[in-house]
Amino acid sequence: MSKNPWGTVAERLDRNRYETDTEQPHILVDQEEAARAGAGPLLARICPAGVYSEQTDGGVGVLYAACLECGTCLAAAPPGVLSWSYPRGGMGVIFREG
Amino acid sequence: MDTTVTAEVDFDVIVAGAGIAGSVTAYRLALHGHSVLLVERGPSPGSKNLSGGVFYCRVMEEAMPGFLLSAPIERRITRNCLSFLSESSFVNLDYADDRLAQSVTAVSVLRAKLDEWLAAQCEEAGVVLMPGVRVDALVTEDGRVTGIRAGGDELRAHVVVAADGVNSLLCRQAGVRGPEPLKHLAVGVKSVIGLPRRVIEERFNLTGDSGAAYAIVGDCTKDLGGGGFLYTNRESLSVGVVLRLDDLARSGESSAELHDRFLTHPVMEAFLRDGELLEYGCHLVAEGGLAMAHDLTRPGLVVVGDAAGLTLNTGFTVRGMDLAAGSALAAAGVVDAALKRGDYSQEALDAYPRELDKIFVGKDMRTFRRAPLFLENPRMYGDYGRLLSDIMYGVYNLDTTPRRHLAAGAGDALKNSPLALLPTIRDALAGVRAL
Ligand SMILES: Cc1cc2nc3c(=O)[nH]c(=O)nc-3n(C[C@H](O)[C@H](O)[C@H](O)COP(=O)(O)OP(=O)(O)OC[C@H]3O[C@@H](n4cnc5c(N)ncnc54)[C@H](O)[C@@H]3O)c2cc1C
Ligand code: SF4
Repeated sequence: MSKNPWGTVAERLDRNRYETDTEQPHILVDQEEAARAGAGPLLARICPAGVYSEQTDGGVGVLYAACLECGTCLAAAPPGVLSWSYPRGGMGVIFREG
Repeated sequence: MDTTVTAEVDFDVIVAGAGIAGSVTAYRLALHGHSVLLVERGPSPGSKNLSGGVFYCRVMEEAMPGFLLSAPIERRITRNCLSFLSESSFVNLDYADDRLAQSVTAVSVLRAKLDEWLAAQCEEAGVVLMPGVRVDALVTEDGRVTGIRAGGDELRAHVVVAADGVNSLLCRQAGVRGPEPLKHLAVGVKSVIGLPRRVIEERFNLTGDSGAAYAIVGDCTKDLGGGGFLYTNRESLSVGVVLRLDDLARSGESSAELHDRFLTHPVMEAFLRDGELLEYGCHLVAEGGLAMAHDLTRPGLVVVGDAAGLTLNTGFTVRGMDLAAGSALAAAGVVDAALKRGDYSQEALDAYPRELDKIFVGKDMRTFRRAPLFLENPRMYGDYGRLLSDIMYGVYNLDTTPRRHLAAGAGDALKNSPLALLPTIRDALAGVRAL
């Protein structure tokens, strides 16, 4: 992989501002559906923020706090795998540049 | 059917989403004297929004006179480059023109700043701005949209404007628009890289507030549908890739890695060197063209901007912000007339798509209706860039072997590429017709 001089995705996201909704995650994965559809690798690959990861137990890890709210995963995930909404008002990523 | 609504309303109009489309609609309707509520889920308008950043802003002189003088624009784009990138080469069609500085048709912008300013103009014009509030759903009664639901409360209006962007969950939940096919969507992954003003002006050959915009195809997407962009701001660069979702899903590639691969390409590295990362972000782009611009009205509802699928990618330019503003102008005119007559029926609001067809929004969507199909052609993203670079190599690599005419050299390059002549000619003709 090409080495980005500005660090890994996680390091770059550390510079972004977030107001994380700790009470209500805005992304939920139906693990059974995800396993059945083999959605883990797809989600891990297409999300620019690295929100999804393949866990050793075969499940899909979800770091919803890192989400940039683009909607790519929602558009591309097989039906039934994700329940995805925008975070509640005022929560989530806060772009300062855009 | 009773088309005049007499029920109590909280506002004449409620606009969901304070992006360009929402703010311009709200602003125009407030100027017409209507009571307008503008609801935005971000803590401040613009905090959720991201674009590549070149705003073809002529329409704003009509939408908000004085825009160029007071809006927070970054640079006036006077140099446009269309570039083909291969692993080893960078072929540019570089168009610089002082006339562009005089006429100012394009400026670079950063949305967090621009959208905040637009919403401030709305407030000055009398719009009630409600930031930090997510609209949870449209409220419908007897097939008519009568208001919004947010945080357990319901607010009623004669007309609701869905300006909630490319995902438009509001239209989707209400069954107004279904999910789009993947080929109608692309994801933009972008970094904003801070650099001193002087360095930017030197690297891009600029003076004062003039700016450059590079649209890049070829190696930047590893042959996936899409491209790269590099735009100059006052003291930063907007740089990133746009990846068509159907190709991305199929390919086995990672969006973040493609972004990194582009930024670390030696050609890009030379532009970005020693810069400081200010922000890493992503956002979807509507790429379906005319095929995506459907279902723009329901009784009591109009859909504007990206929510209505109004974006055009011609390969040379990505245009969505100007179409957002244009659709807002058209919608505001029609909603104003509807409010004056007290008629919010489907028939009354269908004047809006007709209005769009009369102005540049509908006309350009129609003119470029073949662009999405043309840009689906995989040869656009790999082989043609390599072909072009081989032709240019033949022209400039004066290695003491005798030179041949350009046409003969091009013929050789074509022979050595996996491209066949006929499809190449067909693509060229299709391109001329589509773009
Ligand atoms: C990478 C990239 C590059 C681009 N490059 C260009 C370019 O160079 N030039 C150009 O003209 N266009 C470009 N575009 C397209 C352009 O950004 C869009 O067309 C434009 O932003 C559309 O404006 P909009 O107001 O319709 O939608 P948006 O800007 O998306 O605004 C929608 C607003 O609604 C809010 N919202 C959403 N849901 C809710 C809800 N439920 N409740 C309350 N608020 C809500 C959002 O927070 C947001 O503020 C690019 C897009 C991308 C992603
Ligand atoms: S919305 Fe975008 S950033 Fe958020 S998880 Fe999905 S793909 Fe990742």
